[in-house]
Amino acid sequence: MEFPMFHLDWLNDRFLIAVIAILHVFINHGLAVGFIPYITWLEQKGLAKAGPNEVTHKGWDELVYQKMKVAFIITTTVGAMTGVGIWFSVALVSPNSIGSLIRVFYWAWFIEWLVFVTEVVLILIYYLSWKRSNANIQSKVRHIRFGWFLSIFSWITMAIIVAILGFMMDPGNWNNDKTLWSGFTNPIYLPQLAFRTPAAMLIAGTLGMLLTAFFARRKAGLRTAMVRDAGKWILGWMPAVLLGAVWYWQVMPSAMKANMSTAVGTMEFESYYNLLKYFILGTASLAVIIAVWALWRPQKIKWAYVIVPCLFAFGFLGIFERVREFVRKPYIIGGYMYSNLLREEDYPLYQRDGILKHATYSKITEITESNKLEAGKEVFLYACSRCHTASGINSITSVFERMYASTKPLDEAAMAAYIPGMHKARTYMPPFPGNKQEIDALAAYIKYLQLSGESLEGAQRTGVVANPLHRINEQADEQLSTIENQGEPKSLVKIED
Amino acid sequence: MFFLATPIPRDIPLPLPLPEWLLAVILVLSFLLHIIFINLMIGGSLLAFWAQRRGLKNQDYDRFALELAKTITVNKSLAVVMGVAPLLSINTLYTVYFYTANALTGFAWIMIIPLVTIAFLLTYLHKYSWERMAAHKKMHISILGISVGIFLIIPLIFLTNVNLMMFPEKWEGVKGFMSALWLPNVWPRYFEFIGNCLTITGLFVVWYVSRANYPVEEIFKSLTRYDLKKIGYTTMVVGFSIQILFGLVVIFTLPAKGITALLLGLMFTAGLCLAVGLWLSYQRLIGPAALIDKHFRPIFLAVLAFVLIYGGSRQLYRHQALNKHQQLMAEKTEAFLLASKAARETAESQPARAAVDTSLGEFAAGAAVFQANCAACHQIDKKLVGPSVHEMVSIYEGKVPQLKAWITKPGKKRADAPQMPGFPNLSPAELDELSKYILSQKPS
Repeated sequence: MEFPMFHLDWLNDRFLIAVIAILHVFINHGLAVGFIPYITWLEQKGLAKAGPNEVTHKGWDELVYQKMKVAFIITTTVGAMTGVGIWFSVALVSPNSIGSLIRVFYWAWFIEWLVFVTEVVLILIYYLSWKRSNANIQSKVRHIRFGWFLSIFSWITMAIIVAILGFMMDPGNWNNDKTLWSGFTNPIYLPQLAFRTPAAMLIAGTLGMLLTAFFARRKAGLRTAMVRDAGKWILGWMPAVLLGAVWYWQVMPSAMKANMSTAVGTMEFESYYNLLKYFILGTASLAVIIAVWALWRPQKIKWAYVIVPCLFAFGFLGIFERVREFVRKPYIIGGYMYSNLLREEDYPLYQRDGILKHATYSKITEITESNKLEAGKEVFLYACSRCHTASGINSITSVFERMYASTKPLDEAAMAAYIPGMHKARTYMPPFPGNKQEIDALAAYIKYLQLSGESLEGAQRTGVVANPLHRINEQADEQLSTIENQGEPKSLVKIED
Repeated sequence: MFFLATPIPRDIPLPLPLPEWLLAVILVLSFLLHIIFINLMIGGSLLAFWAQRRGLKNQDYDRFALELAKTITVNKSLAVVMGVAPLLSINTLYTVYFYTANALTGFAWIMIIPLVTIAFLLTYLHKYSWERMAAHKKMHISILGISVGIFLIIPLIFLTNVNLMMFPEKWEGVKGFMSALWLPNVWPRYFEFIGNCLTITGLFVVWYVSRANYPVEEIFKSLTRYDLKKIGYTTMVVGFSIQILFGLVVIFTLPAKGITALLLGLMFTAGLCLAVGLWLSYQRLIGPAALIDKHFRPIFLAVLAFVLIYGGSRQLYRHQALNKHQQLMAEKTEAFLLASKAARETAESQPARAAVDTSLGEFAAGAAVFQANCAACHQIDKKLVGPSVHEMVSIYEGKVPQLKAWITKPGKKRADAPQMPGFPNLSPAELDELSKYILSQKPS
């Protein structure tokens, strides 16, 4: 409400973040955290395969290098930029939440930055000095050591970020003492890390097998050995993946589980939830199948086969993040800020005065019959538009049409009756923040959207007009202070009555 | 008068993680570190583009372009990672201002991500296809051309944002990136920045080819170490000249809001450093070959002094331009928090607004539970989302335990209605009252 509302009506704002973030997680887990140790492990194996007077097995080393080249190019372009992209897109769509998190986690992110710099410097050294290090055994051994350092730093970058992700789902004690450390030691942290780490290894292993099969199409001997190693890698990490998954599910806070079971019984969450179950089981069993097959008949493995578990692994990762995001609803920062970017503790004020009076860029502060639709649009922008669109993905009309049957025209009175209690029936929805007139205006606007099929433009196109109550203006200050005071004396009188 | 008045948003109601001055110092220093690699990335690709085109006639310039291309891909990785700390710091220190500018230019702002990704991929393609595309030089050069084009657009988007954030009084006039682009000071700063890219890159080239272990004779056929250094000094002379020219325009088009004598003093001192750099590098260019290295260190120091003083003066300007507005915003935030607290306390002191209608007698409590939890989807006499209460009575009359079980954990029976969510949150007492009320609503 303090920011101009950036909005993408065709794509949905959440979707913008999701596309960028999931791509980043794919690359981070599949080509960095899991992949670098896998590559270093293979590079080290090359030493044992070396012939007499050789530093390492040339063909083997070349094949490992080729895989690293793919990882290097993708991580330092798409990987790095999607990382920045998460910041950019979250700052556009969800400025209040990222603005709050940054103030709490400044030092965590600052340390993260130092680790990033180290990681980038190490990956530059590791990749760019690969060929030169093949000159003699000392430099090759040093090079492999760099690979292990790089693996550790890649893992640390993930370990820090997972703390922040875990915090967003359940801030633990943070709501009481608001210190960085209590956010950092939240109860989901270790289990999630324990699950993500082997999951990254698993994904990297399948991806590694895919790249091996692809690059070594015509090098039968090398391919057999390296495909088999990928199989060993996958099977080696599998028990940790399963144990991590079980632990992660067990520590989901009870509030979240309750939320899930309700949601599971009801709406689209059921399909996500089931999908995740199938993807976990499917990915794990497909990975086991391809790994066992790779050990048993490595020469039979073709890259076209490996694509299947690989896609499944990425699909699993995508759906895992989707569920993780869904589970923290109705909050964006658990117990502190709802997904509409409004703080829970400000709700009494908003419900008393209405949200429009407190929105920096609302053109309307008093709702009348003549500005009702325009007011409804503003209410939609501030209360709904972070998750819903007017006519695009997850549009508000489609949600109500699904509920009331899409063939009928929407009923304003029914919607206005539903909205105040929706958070009780749909536990992933935050309570409506505004007052009665705003609910009526919103219902009228939703009805209008169904009739007109119009879309909603964000501030990046329409610009902003500041709320008359939120300008540098003596009058505005007085008006606002009357509004902010009026609720109190009146209600006090009521109580005494 | 009304519409001239500047908007005052509220700040994020959490304390800054460290003192403001320290955040500003971290912001400036980490930003300079970031911008030096950006300078090298942009200046390097501009120079490589020039060199490779010249290489169509003289192969040695093509080799020089490849030498530069190898540094671009390294510098660009460092540029991105070095950008994280200043991004973090500006987000923290100027949360409202920066995010507002971002949102108002949102489309261009988010386009930075795909555009830079494409430019980066193209720089790799360009570097790794040098030999494979040797027969198609022009096409090969145009790959670099596209990434140079993108590299030239990105700073413009960025500068538009950091400019817009300093002028809350202009926020209302802005409709998208293109209108923010034309606010005063954006273009002069942009050209000054491009000049800076060339200066830093020229300095880098001189250092790079001066290194004792740099195998000039192995790489180049006709170009000597001296020739390469001259390319570096020429680049610097061009860069310094552009910087001084547009630097003056920057100072004269600076909106008056944050200007003080100290600020102007700093900016002119920074300009003086540039003039010294220009003079010295020009002297080396026209001077004898043997003395080409004579002033490298003073020039380096002049550039370093410029970067620190100019960077510091920009932060000073930002601070002075926003200072008053920040105070107003802090007051606004404070007032809001107090009002929020008062409203919260009032709400807590009042019992929940459950509209218990005492005229309903023994069904009053159940009716209140119904209103709060069920009325959104169920009406008494007609189907809304779910069936009417009258229909419920026809099913559950005399089956209270079954009704309660259904409310707590419903199944799915009807094809024409969405599935009902469960209400495990209702207490046994509430369930008693609710079922009593529901079953009392018989059609008359």
